[in-house]
Amino acid sequence: MTALQNRSRKTDGRRLGLVARRNITAYGFLSGALICFAFFSWYPMFREVVLSFQENNFVDPPVWVGFDNFTTVFKDPAFRSAWINTAVFTLLALLCGYLIPFVIALVLNELRHARGYLRFVVYLPVMLPPAVSVLLFKWFYDPGPGLFNQILELAHLPGLSWLDSRDTALISLVIVSTWMNLGSGTLIYLAALQSVPGELYEAAELDGAGVLRRIWHVTIPQTRLILLVMLLLQIIATMQVFIEPYLLTGGGPEDATISVVYLMYQYAFNFGNFGGGSALGLMLMLVLFVFSAAYLRLSRDNT
Amino acid sequence: MSNLTATRPPGTVPAKAEPAWRPRRRFTSQHRTVLSPHQLNSRWGRRIYWLVLVSVVLLFTAIFVFPLYWMITGAMKTGEEFARIPPTYVPSRFSLDSYREAWTLMNLDRFLLNTLQYAAGAWAFALAFDVGAAYALSKLRPFFGNVILLGMLATLMIPPTVILLPAYLTVKDLPILNLDLLNTPWAIWLPAVANGFNIFLLKRFFDSIPTELLEAAQIDGASPLRVLLSVVLPVSRPILGVVSIFTVVNVWRDFAWPLLVLQDPEKMTISVGIASLRANMPQTTMTAALVIASIPTIVVFFIFQRHIMAGLTAGGLKG
Repeated sequence: MTALQNRSRKTDGRRLGLVARRNITAYGFLSGALICFAFFSWYPMFREVVLSFQENNFVDPPVWVGFDNFTTVFKDPAFRSAWINTAVFTLLALLCGYLIPFVIALVLNELRHARGYLRFVVYLPVMLPPAVSVLLFKWFYDPGPGLFNQILELAHLPGLSWLDSRDTALISLVIVSTWMNLGSGTLIYLAALQSVPGELYEAAELDGAGVLRRIWHVTIPQTRLILLVMLLLQIIATMQVFIEPYLLTGGGPEDATISVVYLMYQYAFNFGNFGGGSALGLMLMLVLFVFSAAYLRLSRDNT
Repeated sequence: MSNLTATRPPGTVPAKAEPAWRPRRRFTSQHRTVLSPHQLNSRWGRRIYWLVLVSVVLLFTAIFVFPLYWMITGAMKTGEEFARIPPTYVPSRFSLDSYREAWTLMNLDRFLLNTLQYAAGAWAFALAFDVGAAYALSKLRPFFGNVILLGMLATLMIPPTVILLPAYLTVKDLPILNLDLLNTPWAIWLPAVANGFNIFLLKRFFDSIPTELLEAAQIDGASPLRVLLSVVLPVSRPILGVVSIFTVVNVWRDFAWPLLVLQDPEKMTISVGIASLRANMPQTTMTAALVIASIPTIVVFFIFQRHIMAGLTAGGLKG
């Protein structure tokens, strides 16, 4: 009796030891990533909230100021421009950067020749570092010897002032952004299209559906999930637009291309106001959070 | 065009229906797409197909290849030819002077080496730490493992751009340790580890490895590290490839983060370095620098083309 109890206590002790050892090894493996996440993801998130309610010049101790940073930012005329521009940019970039890749993928999927070449060519701009693409287009947009106005000249059309005019500046940013990003979307759609079962098209055809109706009733429902996920990803990505205004226009002319992230950057590094910048960051975080949560839900439900 | 469709079962066009002029090679239906083989093989189907094919090839070449041609040849022109209106389509001389100038004047070798160093370090750290973490969360299952996993995946909802400012302040003055990591490679390497997407991909893959495989090794007396190195890693090569490529490509393409944390001209990445010099270089030199900056990524792409495509499509939906 006692011997048995003893033995079970002994095994209990050994099991406890094993569990402890397993946990210690597990946390050993985890430690590197845990430290990095803590320092560079979790803490900055928390710090963003703190910063946006503080006045902080990093010399004197920070002061809690309630919503002062937010009101300062609200009163800034650039604030409205930044949000409107970001929204318009996102919308336009969606129109171009979302529809065009899907149409390209549809066409490429039908072609039986030169597939490798076309895929490669579409993906070519994605391989360039974004800064290179943007600076390349800055040269193309040059109103004098720039490529675009030369092409317009060839077609006997009047040249545009592209980045220098309020009317065309934002569109110009959308064009660069679409050019350099549409490759990855196209290839993702292409892969999705190839997984659509061919029998469905045959069945639709037997029912007398023409090409457009086959696309509408077979292709789109079959790729609906990936289309939805890409839509959310695209919104999240384009709302963070920074490099285009930073390198091409500096937010000008007259705030016509200033974006939320660029304004946030300006607050912190041009005006030294990290509180205002963080307040902007926090607002953007909340907006993107909604889209991200939707994206995560979708992709988790389906993997 | 549609008179042939819908009446016959697919793939069985009778031989006698074939007019004499039709070339022997036909469109076969390896994988059925929106258009049916019949439509493609009909007389008008063929004509339209070839018309579309040729226009797509020309259009794509014009949109995606011509800008690169313009960049490469633009850098070969003299300053005078470069500014000429209308432009010359083929440079009057094929000189590499601008390239040489860009290389020596703009410190490009320094920038490229820096970027290589950042990418290599980020790769090593991300792989070591993220694989370790995913392995622990998937197979060793410690207490609070799920809480930690949730915390790591939650970062997926907060894009790094929106926490740019606090992250910058953290790197500037690391809490507790009070270290200034600005202008050191650590400012790139360590944040690269904190990537929820890597953890997600790796953990999902490790979950699919059968536990029996690991238990067999454990019974033979292998330690958890041994199991990771000689059982888990060899079967995880596809996902390791995807994670490696994502990490390296992210570091190479990133702009906003290195712009903030590596402001010393001696420490800049190639993208930031070239951008910082954009105001005080002649346009020809600048263009040559753009070409040089794009060569490494294009070479890498050629080497890893298959993996990149696989990562793009199978690795998830990151885009």
